[in-house]
Amino acid sequence: MPELHFPWIEVSILVPLFGALWIHLLGNRESVLQHAIAICGVTLALTVGELVDFVSIGSFEAHDHWLFLDWLFQRDIFVVDELSAFQLPLAALIFLVTVMSTLRTKAPRFSLKLTLISESLVLATFSCRSSWTLIALLIAATIPPYLELRSRQRCTRIYVLHMAVFALLLVVGFAWLSHSDGSSTQALIAGALLTAAALLRSGIFPLHLWMTDLFEKATFGTAILFTTPLVGAYAVMRLVLPMAPSWALQSIAVLSLVTAVYGGAMALVQREARRMFCYLLLSQSSLVLVGLELVTPIGLTGALCMWLSVGLSLTGFGITLRCIEARISRVSLVDYHGLARQMPMLSGFFLLTGLASIGFPATVGFVGMELLIEGAVDVYPLVGTMVVIAAALCGITVLMAYFRVFTGHHNRTLVPMHARPAERVAVLILTLLILGGGLVPQPGVASRYHAAEALTRQRQTNPMTEQQVGELEIETVAIGKHSAE
Amino acid sequence: MNYLDTTFQALGTAVVASPAILLAILGLAALVNWQLSEATISRLTQAAVLFSLLPAIGILVIMLATGIRYVPIELGNWVSIPEQEFHFHLKFVFDRLSIPFLMLSCVLCGVVGAFTRRYLHREEGYRRFFLYYAVFFCGMVLSSLAGTIEALFVGWELVGLSSALLVAYFHERVNPVRNGQRVWSIYRLSDAAFLIAALMMHHLSGEGDFGGLMSSGVWPEGTAAISSTEALWVGSLLLVAAAGKSALFPFSGWLPRAMEGPTPSSAIFYGALSVHLGAFLLLRLSPILDASLTLQLMVIALGVVSAACGAVMSRVQNDIKVSLAYASLTQVGIIVVEIGLGLRYLALIHIIGHACMRTMQLLRAPTLLRDYNELENKIGTRLPHQAWAGAASLPASVQRWCYRFGYDRGFMDLALDKWIVRPFLQTFGWFDRLERRITDSISHEPSRESDRVEPHPEDLQNVA
Repeated sequence: MPELHFPWIEVSILVPLFGALWIHLLGNRESVLQHAIAICGVTLALTVGELVDFVSIGSFEAHDHWLFLDWLFQRDIFVVDELSAFQLPLAALIFLVTVMSTLRTKAPRFSLKLTLISESLVLATFSCRSSWTLIALLIAATIPPYLELRSRQRCTRIYVLHMAVFALLLVVGFAWLSHSDGSSTQALIAGALLTAAALLRSGIFPLHLWMTDLFEKATFGTAILFTTPLVGAYAVMRLVLPMAPSWALQSIAVLSLVTAVYGGAMALVQREARRMFCYLLLSQSSLVLVGLELVTPIGLTGALCMWLSVGLSLTGFGITLRCIEARISRVSLVDYHGLARQMPMLSGFFLLTGLASIGFPATVGFVGMELLIEGAVDVYPLVGTMVVIAAALCGITVLMAYFRVFTGHHNRTLVPMHARPAERVAVLILTLLILGGGLVPQPGVASRYHAAEALTRQRQTNPMTEQQVGELEIETVAIGKHSAE
Repeated sequence: MNYLDTTFQALGTAVVASPAILLAILGLAALVNWQLSEATISRLTQAAVLFSLLPAIGILVIMLATGIRYVPIELGNWVSIPEQEFHFHLKFVFDRLSIPFLMLSCVLCGVVGAFTRRYLHREEGYRRFFLYYAVFFCGMVLSSLAGTIEALFVGWELVGLSSALLVAYFHERVNPVRNGQRVWSIYRLSDAAFLIAALMMHHLSGEGDFGGLMSSGVWPEGTAAISSTEALWVGSLLLVAAAGKSALFPFSGWLPRAMEGPTPSSAIFYGALSVHLGAFLLLRLSPILDASLTLQLMVIALGVVSAACGAVMSRVQNDIKVSLAYASLTQVGIIVVEIGLGLRYLALIHIIGHACMRTMQLLRAPTLLRDYNELENKIGTRLPHQAWAGAASLPASVQRWCYRFGYDRGFMDLALDKWIVRPFLQTFGWFDRLERRITDSISHEPSRESDRVEPHPEDLQNVA
């Protein structure tokens, strides 16, 4: 396997981990937030370096130049491939902008130490190909939010219940798969357990209650960081997609579709901004899963593009809401708050990120949404229609939220409401990426298409899915011929 | 590429680039909080309109001189996956439909831009207005010239967003904002119908290019490349899209609400251009209508009902802008009937004439009211008002019903609220309550902190 020119993967995982230790040693100093921002910035730079290095190699996958942990793990544990190469800088960026948009007054409530540990775990998860290590990392990543809920003295029962089931399903499912002889029944049961685990972590209806609960009880920053990198979708990609039979993928697609429409509709009836955001995220992340389970190159490309778009735009949308919440406490959507005059930059950014998340033209989500719908229509026309309806509902929600938060009678305040320099930088970085990705989408789409092709090939070479892929292809060709006639 | 093609390419690119540059400048200024002066904004706007209109006139002159009826401007693929034959083609078309519509858009945008400079002088939202105006202008140019269904959708979306935001222009008041939300909701539903229709067409014909959809001839002589049944399905969706965008029956409720925006935006968007965009869509895809008689009958019926409703409603409104808006609806209904009957050139001429007249009427409306006031003050009595002669021949009960129907704006908003919005809210409100019960029972305590959110947390004096 080709090698990167520098151990980007491991260094990028270790920097936030050591950063957490450093923050712990610093204690409650005033400068702790700046240190955390610097650590996240360095981590982002490392992941970008990894992406650049990986692209320059021109291979489908690569591992580190020399491994620090060679003595502990086998050599191929941390591998970067076309799928994860973009997810890593995206995840690092999500952490950076979230930390940057944390007001100093709110820093004590939002644990920077746990955030950096989470970042390390997320980056390790996205870099991991070895199934058991991936499962361990997925389970370990659920611990920091639990610790935060405990420290905030909130009821953790819903979160613990869901995550315990998730962990159990993962472990039992993969153990069963490892020990099965490959016969269809045993592999199917194991696959079903893994699928259920991945769906639970993705918050698919009706297993989504932990997400709304987390948004209610955890800090907004932690909830954003635990959900927007779409780790559940990554679990689907790595653990379920390569081995799941077509009927299982279709079932996931139907559930994801129901979640997308349900999330869009529920977002519209919420009376509080956090919950609205949670359902919006649920709806859009489900659309990513819909695309993943179409298992056509176009559908997969659309899903991977949507993945980037959801990560960028909904993080931006979330941190804007968080900035507002940090100033005026929880944001009610029952009334109009009239904040546009006091925070013009954030109001523009709120609208931009909201529109990007629904795939508005000239933003990063547009082409992804088009590809996703195109892929869906090609395979199941009704799916395409439902995707459009979900997007329409989310679109109505976004403008409704914009109007509720930023329009209405203006109130004079004693609290400074304008965006702070760190917030401005975070906003500008995301704006550039959202508009840049929307106006010049070809490089991103081409790279995502390569990743989608490789995933399709991987599925075709897997003996468990080979036959079904062949059948699906024949079926698709037949549908195409029928349409042409 | 010969000299003529190069000239067409350069002029066509200028037409499309000009509004995009205006949008980029005003958007960037808003993003980095760069305070451009009113005069600069106004000059930039006028220059953008001029640099779009003059090259368009140049293209028209060359086309007339050379007898060329169809000029495609290819700007390459925006996105392309050659292996999957997926491409988002940036193609713009100058033909007998797009050139008049483009010129109409440029002229009316220019007039309204010049008018707005004084109308909104020293208004707090002056820059915001012109930013939305740039989005609208860009959307109109893209929609008019779109050579592919995807490009038309992009323009369509931009027009929709700017329209909704301009209805809510007066941020401080709740009513305009609520109305902007209503406009946006209707637009999103019609956009969804349009997108599904576009994808269906793409799926059926294998390409989104209008040239591929209309297998032979340029507008208006194309023939649909799909069967009658397929045309009926696709056409029905397009009809929903057009009805939403042009405020036809049963979506007319948003039109009077849109009058809450500043008068110049009412004039240009809801009186002249935006309201005709649905009719333009039907004109552009008219070969599809020709492929199905049922579809044609549906179009005619929709036009007749909308025109009749508009006529009744416009007569009993007590607000001049709303009355003019419903008068617009009547004309748009008639235009749709013309399209259904296959009278495409007549429909196009009707659009141009009506758009110009209605813009002037709406721009003149506030001063007209002042003039009437002065006149009535001077003569010391109300000006005589002549009732419609035909009304007297109707039975009293019908007259009363018509009055109520017109005054309550055809009960359309009430019906939408009762049959769509309320059941939707009730259903998902029930799901919301169910979720709360489940989380409460698992937590053994109230699980929703958000229930305790104050409805007026913007009272910030006490916030630390």
